[in-house]
Amino acid sequence: MSTAERTASSYLEEGYSLRSWLGTRDHKRIAILYALGITFFFFLGGVAAALIRLELVTPTGDVLSAETYNKAFTFHGVVMVWFFLIPSIPATLGNFLLPLMIGARDMAFPRLNLFSWYLYIVGGLFTIACLLLGGVDTGWTFYTPFSTMFSNSNVMLAVVGVFVVGFSSIFTGLNFIVTIHTMRAPGMTSFRLPLFVWSMYAVALVMMLATPVLAMTLALIGLERLFGVGIFDPALGGDPLLFQHFFWFYSHPAVYIMVLPAMGVVSELITAGVRRRIFGYKFMVYAIVGIAVVGFLVWGHHMFVSGQSMYAGIIFSILSFIIAVPSAIKVFNWTATLYKGDIRFTAPLLYALGFVGLFMLGGLTGLFLAATALDVSLTDTYFVVAHFHYIMVGGSVMAYLGGIHFWWPKITGRLYSEAWARFAAILMFFGFNLTFFPQYVLGWEGMPRRYHEYLPQYQVLNVLSSAGATILAVSYLLPLGYLLWSLRHGARAGANPWNAQGLEWTTASPPPLRNFGETPQVTDGPYAYEQP
Amino acid sequence: MIGLPQASGFAGRVDGLFDTLLGLSCAVVLGVFVVMIWFCVKYRHGSPADRRGESHRHLGIELTWTLIPMAMFIGLFAWSVKLWVVLRTPPADATPIYVVAKQWMWKVQHVGGQREIDTLHVPLGQPIRLVMTSQDVIHSFYVPAFRVKQDVLPDRYTDLWFTATKAGTYHLFCAEFCGTDHARMGGEVVVMTPTDYAKWLHAHAGTGLAAQGAAMFRRFGCSGCHDPHAGVHAPDLDNLYGSTVPLSDGSQVLADERYLHDAIMLPKLQVAAGYAPIMPSYQDRIDESDVLALIAYLKSRSKHAEIVDEYR
Repeated sequence: MSTAERTASSYLEEGYSLRSWLGTRDHKRIAILYALGITFFFFLGGVAAALIRLELVTPTGDVLSAETYNKAFTFHGVVMVWFFLIPSIPATLGNFLLPLMIGARDMAFPRLNLFSWYLYIVGGLFTIACLLLGGVDTGWTFYTPFSTMFSNSNVMLAVVGVFVVGFSSIFTGLNFIVTIHTMRAPGMTSFRLPLFVWSMYAVALVMMLATPVLAMTLALIGLERLFGVGIFDPALGGDPLLFQHFFWFYSHPAVYIMVLPAMGVVSELITAGVRRRIFGYKFMVYAIVGIAVVGFLVWGHHMFVSGQSMYAGIIFSILSFIIAVPSAIKVFNWTATLYKGDIRFTAPLLYALGFVGLFMLGGLTGLFLAATALDVSLTDTYFVVAHFHYIMVGGSVMAYLGGIHFWWPKITGRLYSEAWARFAAILMFFGFNLTFFPQYVLGWEGMPRRYHEYLPQYQVLNVLSSAGATILAVSYLLPLGYLLWSLRHGARAGANPWNAQGLEWTTASPPPLRNFGETPQVTDGPYAYEQP
Repeated sequence: MIGLPQASGFAGRVDGLFDTLLGLSCAVVLGVFVVMIWFCVKYRHGSPADRRGESHRHLGIELTWTLIPMAMFIGLFAWSVKLWVVLRTPPADATPIYVVAKQWMWKVQHVGGQREIDTLHVPLGQPIRLVMTSQDVIHSFYVPAFRVKQDVLPDRYTDLWFTATKAGTYHLFCAEFCGTDHARMGGEVVVMTPTDYAKWLHAHAGTGLAAQGAAMFRRFGCSGCHDPHAGVHAPDLDNLYGSTVPLSDGSQVLADERYLHDAIMLPKLQVAAGYAPIMPSYQDRIDESDVLALIAYLKSRSKHAEIVDEYR
């Protein structure tokens, strides 16, 4: 009897004390801890976004002072990039699903996994302390010499916060790589891995190789700012462009840290939604790996007008065009997966299709920015702002929320209201486009970014954008409501409510502490949906 | 670009590339959306569509949609690079105008000694080359109507060139975030007909930039060492600008604007061969506008003044 109870109890029932959570080494509970953290930071960063859009309704500065506005967009950037987007999919869905998808009982290093979460929280506390003590006004990019020698705000607190959270990424990456290499179930060969696992592998590599460069760069900011060691400020004998090279050497791959996991999630969502194998599995794998590798070689496209040489501009331009090829392959393959499918328009599929559309718009406008001669006009305008929000919000956030909806029954054991979820997904797509599409036009027309005040001729488009942001905010609050509601009132999900393929659907919902009763044997590739 | 005047020689060409890329993007988006919606309708759950068989002869299809975009991207790249090289290569006969950025204003000095703040007057139809530096943080000089933008860095010269093709007044923005009043660091560029411009230059003429530099050369004590008759062993500055200078570490450097700037501000960086490193730094005693005047003076003493600088 006692053993039967044991197998029946889920990871959620393994202790209810605070200690059983804060001291847990279960990858599933750690995923939940991360989810709580990033949800908090998402809404905190969202408040900053709301203030920005409110200020920009009128051309004159009326709601916030110039200084407060600068702090608002800096806080928005720092929080959304490092405390929401980068950990979002890997640390929550990745942590939860990776062992389940490869048939393992946990991550390779469960204690390191928990330690990563504590680092995330400590980094977050520094960032919140920075906010409470008056904020920071350098922009999330911390460009020197402004950040080191000129800004009078709390630069060091923000820098330390990001430095610490960076190690959380590095350790998570290490954990993923070792787990994928050593803990796959028998028969789970490389080319039988779900694309989500491949994307986690690629992202883990990028995290491990790029994040240390960020840590080093932030440490150098500290050296210069606190001790006057001349590294970036020319007045001290330093070179401000050196900072930009270091920063983008991390921060461009960081864009792929945000978007590769989204690509992995969407591949799972589409195949399950259309009940079809993914079209061109191997090409999808090569595209993921290709993006991760070439992603390290394109950082200079952020610097075409920085004073970097003309020839460097040419090299970075061609590499930036080349990295668009694997992204194009992925969009075509997702579309082709719909062919001969049995398509049910569930909420996760709507999110996934929304992702494909928005990612395509974001990717195509990336070509404009890769073309040096156009980038001269477009860089540092709202065109760039629109472009990266299409990729990072239209792309990554849509995919993250799609993934949360898809695996919610697995994570919580409950079903949410499909109708509300579909409504939220559609509302989000329209709200998003209304918010950010006008910003492309603003950029074409020359409105620079990070402007607290702007010329009256730009007002109409700014009002449209702010109106869209209101809709977008509602569409983000809705899931918070109905998902929480489902925890108490939702119907029981059962092991496989979508009738989907993948090892995670073969165990109970929510899964037991050790994931599987007995180690699964893998005999086929992923997405083995029956084809008529 | 909609709504933006085309006021420089680049504008039409940049917009041509932009419009082509926009057209291609619309075609791709439309194509993918149509196919996606078609599949979504045809293969919706419960529809009678034929779903039998494998959907794929993979390799051919994959290669098609790998290689066609790749070829298109390379074509676009080539077009863009051609234009980029033009944008980044000022013609030798371009008139230099000097710009110093500081939090939060643009200071402009013309060769004839005319000075302006947050305004730049330029003549129609004549290539202009802006030589720019910053007194503090990084700024960026951006004139949307000209389709030009260039970051402006402390302790370094960057340049930007254009030929204005339409008389009028155009917005000037700072495009690189530079602190509290970044959004207010703007101004205007006034494009005038050559006759009006000549009148404007005449009305605002001051002491020429080189003459100002000559006065500073004495005031800052440069002449105390660098005059041919001075007792100190210091390099002769006649014909220095545009020449090749051997350095004490055995390397050589072209004496361009950047070299002269560094020689004044950071003299220990590059010491001329055969001289003791005794020149003091003027970093804390002289501002960037004065350095520009000194360089204009040194240029006036050189027969190589026509060279186009190497630092780009």
